[in-house]
Amino acid sequence: MDLSAIADTAGEAGAADKTKPEGTAPERAAAEQPDERDAGPGETSQFVTFTVGEEAYAVDILQVREIKGWTEVTRLPNQPAHMRGVLNLRGVIVPIFDLRCRFGQGLTEATPTHVVVIVAVADRIVGILVDTVSDILTVGSEEIRPVPDLESRSDRDFLKGLATSGDRMVALLQLDRLFDLSALKTGLDTAEPAQQAIG
Amino acid sequence: MDELLQFRETYFAECEELLRDLETQLGALHDGTADSECLNSIFRAVHSIKAGAGLFKFSVLVHFSHELEALLDYMRDGRVEITEARVDLLFRANDVLADLIGAAAVGGDAPVAVADALAKELAEITAAARGESAAGESASGAPEDGDTAAGSAETRGEPLCYRIDFRPSAELFRHANEPLLLIRELKTLGQVEIDADLSRLPDLKSMEPEDAYLGWTLTLRSDCGRAAVEEVFEFVEHDCRLDIAVVPSDAPSPEAQGAAANGDAAAGTANGQTADRSAAEPQAAKAGSGARISSIRVDLNRIDRLVNMVGELVITQSMLSQQADELPTGQLPRFSRGLEELAMHTRELQESVMAIRMQPVKSVFARVPRLVREVTAKLGKRARLVTIGEETEVDKTVIEEISDPITHMIRNSLDHGLESPEKREAAGKPAEGTITLCAEHRGGRIVITIRDDGRGIDHASVLARAKERGLVAPDAHLSGDEIEDLLFKPGFSTAETVTDISGRGVGLDVVRRNIEGLGGRVSVSSERDSGTCFTMTLPLTLAVMDGMIVVVGGEKFVIPTTNIIESMRPSREQVNRLPSGEQVVEVRGEYLQLLYIARAFNIPGAVDDPSRGLVVLAETERRGKVGLVVDQLLGQQQVVIKSLEDNYDPVPGISAATILGNGLVAPILDVEGLQTMSQAPVARAATLSDLSPGGVGGGTVRPPDAIVSTEQAERSQWT
Repeated sequence: MDLSAIADTAGEAGAADKTKPEGTAPERAAAEQPDERDAGPGETSQFVTFTVGEEAYAVDILQVREIKGWTEVTRLPNQPAHMRGVLNLRGVIVPIFDLRCRFGQGLTEATPTHVVVIVAVADRIVGILVDTVSDILTVGSEEIRPVPDLESRSDRDFLKGLATSGDRMVALLQLDRLFDLSALKTGLDTAEPAQQAIG
Repeated sequence: MDELLQFRETYFAECEELLRDLETQLGALHDGTADSECLNSIFRAVHSIKAGAGLFKFSVLVHFSHELEALLDYMRDGRVEITEARVDLLFRANDVLADLIGAAAVGGDAPVAVADALAKELAEITAAARGESAAGESASGAPEDGDTAAGSAETRGEPLCYRIDFRPSAELFRHANEPLLLIRELKTLGQVEIDADLSRLPDLKSMEPEDAYLGWTLTLRSDCGRAAVEEVFEFVEHDCRLDIAVVPSDAPSPEAQGAAANGDAAAGTANGQTADRSAAEPQAAKAGSGARISSIRVDLNRIDRLVNMVGELVITQSMLSQQADELPTGQLPRFSRGLEELAMHTRELQESVMAIRMQPVKSVFARVPRLVREVTAKLGKRARLVTIGEETEVDKTVIEEISDPITHMIRNSLDHGLESPEKREAAGKPAEGTITLCAEHRGGRIVITIRDDGRGIDHASVLARAKERGLVAPDAHLSGDEIEDLLFKPGFSTAETVTDISGRGVGLDVVRRNIEGLGGRVSVSSERDSGTCFTMTLPLTLAVMDGMIVVVGGEKFVIPTTNIIESMRPSREQVNRLPSGEQVVEVRGEYLQLLYIARAFNIPGAVDDPSRGLVVLAETERRGKVGLVVDQLLGQQQVVIKSLEDNYDPVPGISAATILGNGLVAPILDVEGLQTMSQAPVARAATLSDLSPGGVGGGTVRPPDAIVSTEQAERSQWT
C-alpha cells in the first residue's frame, strides 16, 4: 500500500480548490449508484479504509483529497458536539468532524498520531478524524453486501454497503448522508440544547 | 475547435476593452477635450473589432464596423467635419456596435435592422463627403479623382496604385526588423516596382555595420485597401518615415523624389494630404505609445490561488520569525538577517499580489454614458454626465459589486431626480440636467457619489407616501434625514407612476441591502430644488480588512475595526444592572448594553467581570452601540477574510474567518449578528434563519462569495 502517493495527488487536487470536486462530481455520483455498479459485475472500486476503535470503515478513494496527521483546530461558537472545529488547509477553511463522536461513542482523545482524512462531499471539503488509516481496499461490485435491515434506520442511511477485507468487515460510508442535517435530526449524538433547538 | 473557441473568447474580451476605450474617447470628442490622437484611437478600436469579426465571420458586424470605419477615416482626414450631430451619431453607432458584439458573443439575434439603418446613415455621410449623393447608386460610388480613390477602393476593391516612400531610420535592424521581408510581404499584395534610394549611404569608413542606410520608393498596384498596406509596415512604423500615397493608376510612376512636386494636380493633392498626416502622426503615435498599457489577461481564480499561497507564505514566515526570537540573541546573525529580509520580501510580495486585483473604477463608469443616453431618450429628458475619479482603484471583487447599485442610482436620479426640460427652464435652470458620478478614496474606503441638479427630495410627499404605506406611524414627526432615509425602506416608491426605468420592483432597499452586505453604507442627502446626492462608501477590498484580535476564554476572535469605537476597562461603578438582568455600561453619560461574547458563544473560563476584563465599544449601522466584554486585546492587524460557508454553514454571530500568524483559524465576529442574538436569547433557534439574510448589516464582514446569504441559509445544513 502506498498511502503517501494518494496523499500527494489528493493534496494537489485539494489545492486546486473547489473546481476539482465539482469536476469529479458526476464520476462520484456514478460510483455511488449501486444500480450502475450491478450493471457491470466485473467492475471494481477502490476504498480507503480506516479504523475508529475496533471498527473498520472505508470511503470511496475518489472522494479522498488528502490524509494528514491531527493538528490543533479552532473551535467555532456553538458547534455541534461531533464537530471538532475548523482547520486551515492551505488557505481554505475546512471543518473537521469526529467520526467516533458522530457514531455516539464519545470524543476522540486526539493526538498527533490520529489521522484526519480530507474528503470532498458534494461541493464541500471536510475532514474526518479517525484513529488510523489502514489500507486501500479493492472490491468488486458484486462483493459489496447490502446493509441488513437494522432497527436504527440512520445506520442504514449512511452506509453504502458492507465489504470484507481479510476476515474483517468494513463498513462503506456514504459521506453525504453521514453529515446531512436530516440524518442528524434523528440524532445519534446531541449537541448543546441551543443546537437542538436549531435542528 | 477548442482553440478557435478560446480565440473567440479572447476576441470578445478584447472587444469589451475596445468598446470601453471607444466610449471614453467618444466622450472626449463630445466634450471637446479630444486631441489629435483621439480619432486615431477610435479608428484603431473599430478597425480591430472589424478585423476580428471578419476572422469569425460575423458578417453583420463586419459590414457595420466597416461603414463606421470608413466614416472615421474621413473624419480623421478632415474630409468629414466633426459636428455635434455627428458625434451623437458616433455614440449611437458605438451602442449598436456593442449590441452587435453582444449578440455575436451569445449567439443571439443581432439588431440587424437598426444596424443596417445606421450603417446607411454612416455611408451617406461618407458618400456625401465624396461629393455625390448616395441615393442613386450604392453607398459607395465610383471614384472620380485620385483624392477619393483610397476610400472607395476599400469598398469597391478596384485596382489601385500606391506610392510608398519607405525611409527606415538607422536603428531599424537593432529592433529586429528586416526591410527585405516587408518588401516580400508587399509583393504578396500585388505588383510592386522597387526603386532603392542609396543617397544616405556613407562611405565605407564611416559606415556602421548595424545601421540601416537604404530607403525605398515602392509602387504597388493592388486591389487591396490602404489598411492592408499599412499593416505590412505595422511593426516598423516607429522606425521609419513612411509615406503611403494613392496615385491615379495612369500617373507615371515617380522616378525621382521630386515627382510629387511636379506631378499632376491630383497626385499633388493626395501627396499634400498624406504629407500633412505623416507630419502629425509621429507625434500622435508617440503620445499613444506612452499612454498604451501593456497588459495580460489572467483568470481571477489563478490570482485567488496566488493570494492564498502568499497568505500562507506570510504565515510560515511569521512562524519562523517567532521561533527565531526564542533563540539566544547574537547567535546565528546571518540567519536572523536572512529572516528579516524574508519578512520584508514577503510583505512586499503580499502587497504586490493584492495590487494585481486592484482595478480602476473606469470599467464600471464607462458603461454609464450609454445608460444615461438611453434613459434620457426614453424619458424625454436631457442630461449631461460628468465623471470624476475614473482612475480610482478598488479590488476586483468590489468592482463587480458596485456596477448594479450605480446603475440603479443613476436610473433613479434620471427618473425621479431630474425634471423635464420645460420644468427646468421654468425654474430658471439650464434645460440640460447634470449628473455627476464621482469616485474617490477616503480613509481607506472608496466613496462613490451620484449627484444630480434636479428638484431634490420632496419631504412632505415622501412622508405622506410612507404614512400611506404604513412605513411610519400616521402621527410621526421625522427629521429631514430620517425622511430621506425612508427612501431605502422596503416597499417604497415615490414615482407617481411605476415606470420601466426605475420602478422594476427592485427598490433602493435592495441597493442598500447589497451594499451593506459588502460592508458598505449608502445614504442620500438632498436640497429642495437644487439636487439630490447619493453617497455610497465601500471597503477597498473584500478580501482584506483591519481587525482587532481579542481573547475570550482562551479563544481568539477578530472584531472588524470599522465597528470599533474604543476599548476601555470600566470601573465597577460604570457597570449597572437593569431590572431584566441585563447589564449596561455608562460611557460619558450614555448607557450601553453589555454583551458577553463568552455567554453568547458558551465559552467556559472567560472573565465574567467587565472591570477585570475589557469592554470593546462597537457600533453597527442598524443596531447602534454596544459594549462587548472580552478578556484582553492582542492587537490590531490586517486580516485576510476567508469564507466559512464554502465548506460549512453560517454560524450565528460569526461573519467569516481568518488565518492568524500561527496558522490557526480565528473567527471574525459579526457584531450586528451578536446584537440580534442577545436581543432574542430565548428564541435562539430563530436567530439562525433570522441572521443570515438580515445579518448582512452595517459593519458585517462577509467574504465576497457569501453575499447572497439568503439562499445559503435555506441550503441543507450540516450542523
